[in-house]
Amino acid sequence: MTAAGANAIVSTVSSDDEPLLSVRGLSTSFFTAAGAVRAVDEVSFDIPRAKTVALVGESGCGKSVTALSILRLITPPGRIVAGEVRFAGQDLLAIRDRELRAVRGNRIAMVFQEPSTSLNPVLTVGYQIAESLRVHRGVSRKEARARAIELLRRVRVPSPEERVDAYPHQLSGGMRQRVMIAIALSCDPELLIADEPTTALDVTVQAQILELLRELQASSGMSILLITHDFGVVAEVADEVVVMYASRVVERAAVRELFARPLHPYTRALFESLPRVGSARERRLRAIPGVVPSPLDHPTGCRFHPRCTRVVDACRAFEPRLREWRPDHRAACDRIESA
Amino acid sequence: MSERQPGALVEVSRLEKHFPLRKGLLRRSRGIVRAVDGVSFQVGAGETLGLVGESGCGKTTTGRALLRLLEPTSGRVLVDGRDILRLGGRELRALRRDLQVVFQDPYASLNPRMTVGAIVEEGLTIHRIGSRAERREKVARVLDRVGLGASCAARYPHEFSGGQRQRIGIARAIVLRPRFIVCDEAVSALDVSIQAQIVNLLAELQEELGVAYLFIAHDLALVEHLSDRVAVMYLGEIVESAPTRELFDRPLHPYTKALLDAIPVPDPERRRTRIVLAGDVPSAIDPPAGCRFHPRCAVAVRGLCDTRAPRTIAVGAHEVNCHVVEDELSRAGTTFAVREGDESRARDQR
Repeated sequence: MTAAGANAIVSTVSSDDEPLLSVRGLSTSFFTAAGAVRAVDEVSFDIPRAKTVALVGESGCGKSVTALSILRLITPPGRIVAGEVRFAGQDLLAIRDRELRAVRGNRIAMVFQEPSTSLNPVLTVGYQIAESLRVHRGVSRKEARARAIELLRRVRVPSPEERVDAYPHQLSGGMRQRVMIAIALSCDPELLIADEPTTALDVTVQAQILELLRELQASSGMSILLITHDFGVVAEVADEVVVMYASRVVERAAVRELFARPLHPYTRALFESLPRVGSARERRLRAIPGVVPSPLDHPTGCRFHPRCTRVVDACRAFEPRLREWRPDHRAACDRIESA
Repeated sequence: MSERQPGALVEVSRLEKHFPLRKGLLRRSRGIVRAVDGVSFQVGAGETLGLVGESGCGKTTTGRALLRLLEPTSGRVLVDGRDILRLGGRELRALRRDLQVVFQDPYASLNPRMTVGAIVEEGLTIHRIGSRAERREKVARVLDRVGLGASCAARYPHEFSGGQRQRIGIARAIVLRPRFIVCDEAVSALDVSIQAQIVNLLAELQEELGVAYLFIAHDLALVEHLSDRVAVMYLGEIVESAPTRELFDRPLHPYTKALLDAIPVPDPERRRTRIVLAGDVPSAIDPPAGCRFHPRCAVAVRGLCDTRAPRTIAVGAHEVNCHVVEDELSRAGTTFAVREGDESRARDQR
């Protein structure tokens, strides 16, 4: 713990107001038989230190590919075609594989949606937690096991001394996700990327995991990039929000600002289409017409125009740029009456 | 739950579905999974009953057992006063016209080798309704009604998105003009912007056709939006049921309270410390003795909640199974009715 903590502090060379991670003009394409699919298209955003940034959007909008691109986990036929990912002073897209391996799973860790498929079924959870410590920190087997027990306790797994020898199938979904988080935390990461970490879980278990992430952030000061489709989760845990639609960022703002004043017609329509607990029972939800476009066939101009209620001719021809309409509140729409 | 309301279309009483758990070479029985363990409720004509609970609580099994897609272990399911569990052959088939289902996974529930037209027409063919031309005409009308357009009939399911496939599933369910549809997590797999379209379609169809829904879901906000009444399940049992407004405004059961509290609210101004429920849903193989919720319950009383199963008590249309609530109501002098006594629920505790 102390060694890892000191390590993290030493490596923090950049100044405090500089974001921990900044993504600039990130584009990732998949070169398939059906043509090149631009899954992430010129995406830019920052992750400040000790804050949680939520990346939200519907399935296929490019949010998971964005996360995978940050860690260069894109495999052929996919390729990162442009952009920069600056992390504590270095561009992760430009450094060598060996340097990247020192960052991945160590200073930046990742938790995926399906804890049942991301854990190895034939290894004990203790072994899997210890693995990254042995790789990145070179600690002994015995020490790694002791650390694994300590980590299981930190993520509130009951009777960790026994669970350390359990196999994944012996644990519930919520417990498995705690194990995934323990693995991610093993090297005291500065950034945790969590891709839909609670989507496969029940609401009461989801509440436990979100609470745990909040506590861990408060005690360790790590930043979190949370990928989700659930605006309820966003409102609960995020400090800043990045909304994606059809491979692009359409809106970016602090969480309270975004919920109080959504600017982009897509964000507004999404908010209106949500059924909310406690709201008067209306007979109809305000649905967004049409379907989410396929990344193989993005509409011309603004990608949301076929589903937008405020569409004009210009929307079909020109793709709007992300513009700052209010302090630190950006939206990619030219039809916003000055906010 | 057990008192018959006039006009109840579907009346389920003490429905049970147990699965034997077999292990080892000789497939010896090693216990019983009590997936549904004495569930009773009613659904009136044109009404929506929401059935909520976490995974493994038995809500899906309840939906399937009452349609006899899974043969129930015991219980009674009356449709218009006729027990469908005692019907066989032709009578059952005739009654099935009135009972339909829309499944969760729009990818797994449509036969990929059949055209959309054939999928929707199948029910009509089975029930020998109309001539070939009349059936085609009906299919075209229904596809149009669910927003797909009659021209889709010749295409195959893989050509459609998730939301459109769910429209196909709905078309298949309504083509026979049923009076009751079990919607099992029918919109859970869809994106938010598409979910609202399907929810609206279900609401419109209910108005037009007067169909009743059993809306099974884990998303409480959706259930609140669509349901007239809501029943909450935990480990194979219904622990609370009430008219929707009442249940969401005045939940009584500690589990319902925790469940409602756990929903993330899309409003950053309302971030708060919540009742975080400890532990996971226990296994239905060996459910806890007494009240099944007691190991996770913050207000459980030792020597009572862990030994005796609570009975169902009712204040008006609000029914709940909880010793603590019963005690509080008695002390407050609130009058309540006892729906199911302990003796009728004297199940073997092994």
